[in-house]
Amino acid sequence: MIELAGVAKSFGSLRAVDGIDLRIRRGELFGFIGRNGAGKSTLFKLMLGLVTADAGQVRVGGETVDSPKFRAIRRTLGYLPENVVLYDNLTGLETLHFFARLKGVDVGECVPLLEQVGLSDAAARKVREYSKGMKQRLGFAQALLGNPQLLFLDEPTNGLDPDGIREFYRMLKARQLAGATIVITSHILAEIQQRVDRLAILSAGRIRAVGSVQSLRADINLPLFIEIVSHTDDTRPLEAALRRAPFGKLTIDGRRVAFACPRDAKMTAIAALSALSTRIADLQILEPSLEDVFLSYTEGSA
Amino acid sequence: MNRSNCPQWMPIRVIAGKEFRDRIRNRWVLAISLVFAVFTLAIAYFGAVTQGIVGFQGIEPLIASLVSLTIYLLPLIALLLGFDVLLGERERGTLDLLLSYPINRIELLLGKYVGLAAALTCATLAGFGLAGIVIVVRAPAADWYQYAGFVVSAVLLGWVFLSLAVCVSAVCASRTSASGVAIALWFFFVLVYDLLLLGALVLTGGAALGPLFPLLLLLNPADVFRILNIFGPGDLHTMFGLLSVFPFALAEPLFLGPVLLAWIAAPLGVAAWRFNR
Repeated sequence: MIELAGVAKSFGSLRAVDGIDLRIRRGELFGFIGRNGAGKSTLFKLMLGLVTADAGQVRVGGETVDSPKFRAIRRTLGYLPENVVLYDNLTGLETLHFFARLKGVDVGECVPLLEQVGLSDAAARKVREYSKGMKQRLGFAQALLGNPQLLFLDEPTNGLDPDGIREFYRMLKARQLAGATIVITSHILAEIQQRVDRLAILSAGRIRAVGSVQSLRADINLPLFIEIVSHTDDTRPLEAALRRAPFGKLTIDGRRVAFACPRDAKMTAIAALSALSTRIADLQILEPSLEDVFLSYTEGSA
Repeated sequence: MNRSNCPQWMPIRVIAGKEFRDRIRNRWVLAISLVFAVFTLAIAYFGAVTQGIVGFQGIEPLIASLVSLTIYLLPLIALLLGFDVLLGERERGTLDLLLSYPINRIELLLGKYVGLAAALTCATLAGFGLAGIVIVVRAPAADWYQYAGFVVSAVLLGWVFLSLAVCVSAVCASRTSASGVAIALWFFFVLVYDLLLLGALVLTGGAALGPLFPLLLLLNPADVFRILNIFGPGDLHTMFGLLSVFPFALAEPLFLGPVLLAWIAAPLGVAAWRFNR
């Protein structure tokens, strides 16, 4: 669906995108994560044909983005920019009508779309009166005009409350199940790690890693994190037993004892903890978070 | 050129419609119409008050006064209307969103221009038209014809300076610099250009500039507008010293109209080239 081959883009002396090769499959929910200035938004603009690559080729929907035929592809894609700005002097419904006409979409779609994003009651209000979250919802509604087969969503949950975020991902999942390909960026790594099929870690204009969250974790082989809670205030027997095993440094906080455990020592840890079961009130084995994975891949490259 | 690259009418119409409606809704058209109508009526009735006369004194003095008023007012209005038309979208952050739709940069630019030109045309026609109805309702048909010619040429002058404004918006990097360039253009074409010509004529004794002089006048759209209106059946042109030497044979709407059209097309062409880069 989307192919990037050796794509590079500079702005003056800044190498914003530096030789990126990537394929995003049809029907995939694909995420980009990276620090500010990592090149995510530039990559979006390259994939949308809004800026021209200095080198390499970007193909979306089978067409190169600088080809005249890409105009037809634009009718099948939706875009929600980061910090979406719409026209303050228009109402929510007028905003959707304007974009629907521009896309050649039936304006009859607009009212149901406003209903979907929870803005029915605000349809007749001017956008200047909308909260940040409402503007974001309206921006999402414009991206959904014409039932696009390809969605580019740059920081789409900015300004949404927790209910709004859950509802947003529910709609996104429904679109994906209907066959849409979705490309998304987010700063909230915990949010994205539960939802994407695959993701790319971007740093300094380069892709540091691509894959599912599980495969990225496995590739980098970060240790698990084990946290146990002692039955009593005296944690010394636990500490003594755990120090004999090949684990990382123990962290003690009241009745809680935590330590890092290499993946290949997981069974050793479980055996050691089983022997101490009468002293343990609770136990948690935590996978490294996406934040840990991200930091491991990008350390020193920012 | 591939057909997909050719400007298509539908996106131009959508953008133009929005620009036009925005100007209607924020009462821009109404305000400018009132300005034109009030000034026109005031000039028509009180233009000769220094000679102790009040009331409509005939079409020629009226047009002479209106030409001067229009040359000061209309270019300024058109430049202020359009100087940030593209920069505004860029600085607001809506440009990328618009261009992610099936619309190319040329269509966006043309849509903006057509919408603003329609708003400016409405304001010009409404302002001068309403005043014209009041003023020349009892005048002979020839006066009507002359007044209509003035209004049409005023519309063209507005389009020329709007085209220059859109060009400024495409070329400049920020609204601040664009506003400076727009005001500088107004100064140059409305105030400075004729002074420079006059100075050159005086310095050279007129001999060196002689054959070039008509051409140099055509390089200022404000002068083209003046010439279009003052070379009529009467001797109005004798009131405009510098321009009175313009060859009578060239002072024809069939020649000067296309010159103004070229003045519309050229800045738009530059704007399209720059915006498309």
